[in-house]
Amino acid sequence: MKSKEEIWSILETIPDPEIPVISIVELGIARDVQIEGDKVVVCITPTYSGCPAMDAITHDIREKFAEEGIKNTEIKMIYSPVWTTDWIGEEAKKKLKAYGIAPPDKTSTDKSLITGKKKIIPCPRCGSDKTILVSQFGSTACKALYKCEECLEPFDYFKCH
Amino acid sequence: MKNTSEHLFEYCLRLGDTPLILGQRLAEWCGHGPILEEDIAMTNISLDCIGQARAFLTYAGEIEGKDRTEDDLAYFRNEREFRNLLITEQPNEDFAQTMLRQFLISAFHKHFYSELMRSADKTLSALAEKSLKEVNYHFRHSSEWLKRFGNGTEESRTRLMNAMDNLWRYTGDMFDMDETDKHLVECKIAADLDKIKTLWNKSVEEVFSEAGIDMPKDVFMMSGSRKGKHTEHLGHILAEMQSLARSFPGASW
Repeated sequence: MKSKEEIWSILETIPDPEIPVISIVELGIARDVQIEGDKVVVCITPTYSGCPAMDAITHDIREKFAEEGIKNTEIKMIYSPVWTTDWIGEEAKKKLKAYGIAPPDKTSTDKSLITGKKKIIPCPRCGSDKTILVSQFGSTACKALYKCEECLEPFDYFKCH
Repeated sequence: MKNTSEHLFEYCLRLGDTPLILGQRLAEWCGHGPILEEDIAMTNISLDCIGQARAFLTYAGEIEGKDRTEDDLAYFRNEREFRNLLITEQPNEDFAQTMLRQFLISAFHKHFYSELMRSADKTLSALAEKSLKEVNYHFRHSSEWLKRFGNGTEESRTRLMNAMDNLWRYTGDMFDMDETDKHLVECKIAADLDKIKTLWNKSVEEVFSEAGIDMPKDVFMMSGSRKGKHTEHLGHILAEMQSLARSFPGASW
């Protein structure tokens, strides 16, 4: 039987299906691991309620565990504590940026919903601050669509949440 | 007399059915949005709604304790058993009506979920906190459109006002409190809708004023969602939404 640490290391090798440069652990989707006899229980939480990647993630965990010889797996969906982009670490944010996705700020610094003021999202390609919001709703539920007015490239922004 | 658990089941159905039917309506725009970004926005909002509906209906099934899943509840109940707010089932019509409907509902949910976060029921409180984050985006998005319609062209303003004539009469239904609401408010589980109504009115007035439009005059308010009495539109939505699951029970792909 594997230890909790070993289970976490396996989870760290499972990429997010939609943002394959970071793992489901780095993204904060895998929340908890419990070992009950010969059963491994993994708790996962969705980024957004309707995130369609949750089924793929569940499938990927089961598949990876089966490869590792873990036969008895239970995957629990939990909603509390509620997922936040604050769980994405600095290392993972660098990976997002290198992948072309502007990483989220800390939620505590995002007052745009309250003040209505636009916040500056630097372009992940050229670093320019001259960017504009094209749509709050992007290619996936967790991202907004921006455009850089300097290099003219559109890019995804991982919404502060 | 229903006991608390039966009231809670009823309450969860309301919480689940409202985003379910709204999400289904919004999904009708998929591939038909006026511009690509709006097509994506409406389907994103739809996805949030369906996600919320799944969580609340799953919980409803657990409370009921008869092994009914979210799918059983969504696909195998009849019209009179649905508890969604009447406004959610109103047709999309044009983009103005879709956005006004969204705004009126999102303004309601914004305050409703803020209040439900303090529920003594830990599951409802967690789901409310989750949903609120999403609803804030929906509220902001639809508010922005209302301001553009109201201050835009004669055409956009006319369409907004026509939508108002169609939809305003369904807003009263959001705040009806029956014995289930009252019982669960006493148990500190449900949100007190009298309180939500005041907050909703204030938010709506603020955005309407920025859009340069007046609050509509008092009209006769339709009601009935608490008892499963719907407008003629719900049956058509269910026919489309449930036909596959009912024709091929247990189908998967």
